[in-house]
Amino acid sequence: MATLEIRDLHVTVEADNAEKEILKGVDLTVKQGETHAIMGPNGSGKSTLAYSLAGHPKYTVTGGTVTLDGEDVLEMSVDERARAGLFLAMQYPVEVPGVSVSNFLRTSATAVRGEAPKLRTWVKEVKEAMERLNMDPSFAERNVNEGFSGGEKKRHEILQLELLKPKVAILDETDSGLDVDALRVVSEGVNRVRESGEVGTLLITHYTRILRYIKPDHVHVFANGRIVESGGAELADQLEAEGYDKYVKGGASA
Amino acid sequence: MAEAQNTPVGSTTAGAIAVAAESTVATRMSAPPSFDVADFPVPHGREEEWRFTPLERLRGLHDGTAVATGDGVQVTVEAPEGVTVETVGRDDARLGKAGTPVDRIAAQAYSAFEKASVVTVPKEAVLTEPIRIAVRGEGGTAYGHQVIELGAFAEAVVVIDHTGDAVLAANVDYLLGDGAKLTVVSVQDWDDKAVHVAQHNALVGRDASLKSVVVTFGGDVVRLHPRVTYAGPGGEAELFGLYFTDAGQHQEHRLLVDHNVPHCKSNVVYKGALQGDEAHAVWIGDVLIEAKAEGTDTYEMNRNLVLTDGARVDSVPNLEIETGEIVGAGHASATGRFDDEQLFYLMARGIPEHEARRLVVRGFFAELVQQIGVEDIEERLLAKIEEELEASVA
Repeated sequence: MATLEIRDLHVTVEADNAEKEILKGVDLTVKQGETHAIMGPNGSGKSTLAYSLAGHPKYTVTGGTVTLDGEDVLEMSVDERARAGLFLAMQYPVEVPGVSVSNFLRTSATAVRGEAPKLRTWVKEVKEAMERLNMDPSFAERNVNEGFSGGEKKRHEILQLELLKPKVAILDETDSGLDVDALRVVSEGVNRVRESGEVGTLLITHYTRILRYIKPDHVHVFANGRIVESGGAELADQLEAEGYDKYVKGGASA
Repeated sequence: MAEAQNTPVGSTTAGAIAVAAESTVATRMSAPPSFDVADFPVPHGREEEWRFTPLERLRGLHDGTAVATGDGVQVTVEAPEGVTVETVGRDDARLGKAGTPVDRIAAQAYSAFEKASVVTVPKEAVLTEPIRIAVRGEGGTAYGHQVIELGAFAEAVVVIDHTGDAVLAANVDYLLGDGAKLTVVSVQDWDDKAVHVAQHNALVGRDASLKSVVVTFGGDVVRLHPRVTYAGPGGEAELFGLYFTDAGQHQEHRLLVDHNVPHCKSNVVYKGALQGDEAHAVWIGDVLIEAKAEGTDTYEMNRNLVLTDGARVDSVPNLEIETGEIVGAGHASATGRFDDEQLFYLMARGIPEHEARRLVVRGFFAELVQQIGVEDIEERLLAKIEEELEASVA
């Protein structure tokens, strides 16, 4: 069973020619089949955690370990991490001019699966996945994220999640900027992947709204670069009622 | 209709649509067109038509100091049966018919060549094989003149292939008879040190169609000036260009389509990728719709993809309209960069770095390459793009 283990992770980012510590000792274990929600106020370091796990060059790991099934994730390049089974659904997916969605998906699936998917089954697979996400077929011929609405970008992220079938999926504020209909469609996509029981999900969010659609097994409160409290789904209800005030008081929440 | 997006630092995109009584395309040149180099002052670099060009790297082509040597270029013409290939003297009446030099180097080339090459496709001849003109640089300095003439209703594909090392100023004239169809591909696949300056003049006959494909990969400085005018209504010109500008290279494409007769079409699409320090691409797209050119339909577009820091693009589309009685007119220019965030996004989906770059660049050029319609050239271009990318990854 796939397990992502994060131990005492410290991460800095360069700001104003100085290294600023954003993550200050994160401990978290995500097992296949589990869904963890990470909730926290803006600036608490949630997104830094997501991007550090994916290997974004902007962030420097200064301490701690991250392993996926015992393999050292921090030693891997960005593409190696993805091929090892990590997936990051980004909050702000990047436009890639000149590259069509269909070409991108096929290249990505080929890389992650280790061989090119058979054309006939692949076309069907993509078509069906797009239908489930209420995506028009013409979408495949557009350039990656170019001119996409906020909702289209997120659907496209979840489409990739469904096709690439990672061991661990990190969803970075996938709910932000979505109206209720889009949120439902996107959440259903995430749930389909979760139902396979083969993915560990790390759901990073500021709001409790998405948790009505995607039920977490564990909820963690993230503040000032660390997990400050962990609990079950009921912790989300408490946050909904009380907000983050008691966690940020006295903490340096930039 | 001008658009600009994600312009990398140091690059410019300027666009203008002018409705003018007097052509600024003509007036912003330093001197009127002429076949005589003496009619043009030596440029100092601040003139509108020279301001992007590194004069000091032109090896004297612009100031009269570049003297032809015996070992300039070797030109060989391979033509199917029925095509006439001639070497003619300066007094041949077919020379200079397609257009007049508009800047000093074009006039220098016209004033300095001793023999010109004329390739003629007789009227109504439809060639099934391309005419291939190989211009092989032998390391010296050369001036030349090439004429390609198609008789009425003739159809031909011409590939002009520049390789090796040379300092070359040579103009090319395309004369298209009524109803003729010419596809001409000019490939600048020079070695790193080459300097190549040329004016391409096309005179498109009544109901004739020209497809010009300019492909620039190599050279230290390449400055080309493709120009189109129409000899009668119903003419069509498609001007496609593709360039891949590497570190230290200067590649400049300056186009003019002069809609001087009614009911003609033009479509200009130039795309370039740049990588490396001091890679500099310049694209000037002038389209002039003269007062008498009613029913004109024209569009021009330039797209640039900047792959690394340190590269610079100057892109200037300029559309000048002297009549409102037209079918359509538009232009667009955009310079985007392939940046670290794009790389991260693609790699975060398991795609290795070199594959990610290849994906972006191939995608960028693919549509244009497919429109060339000359299979071996298309394959060679794709291979060349791969080669350029491999070099960048290494």
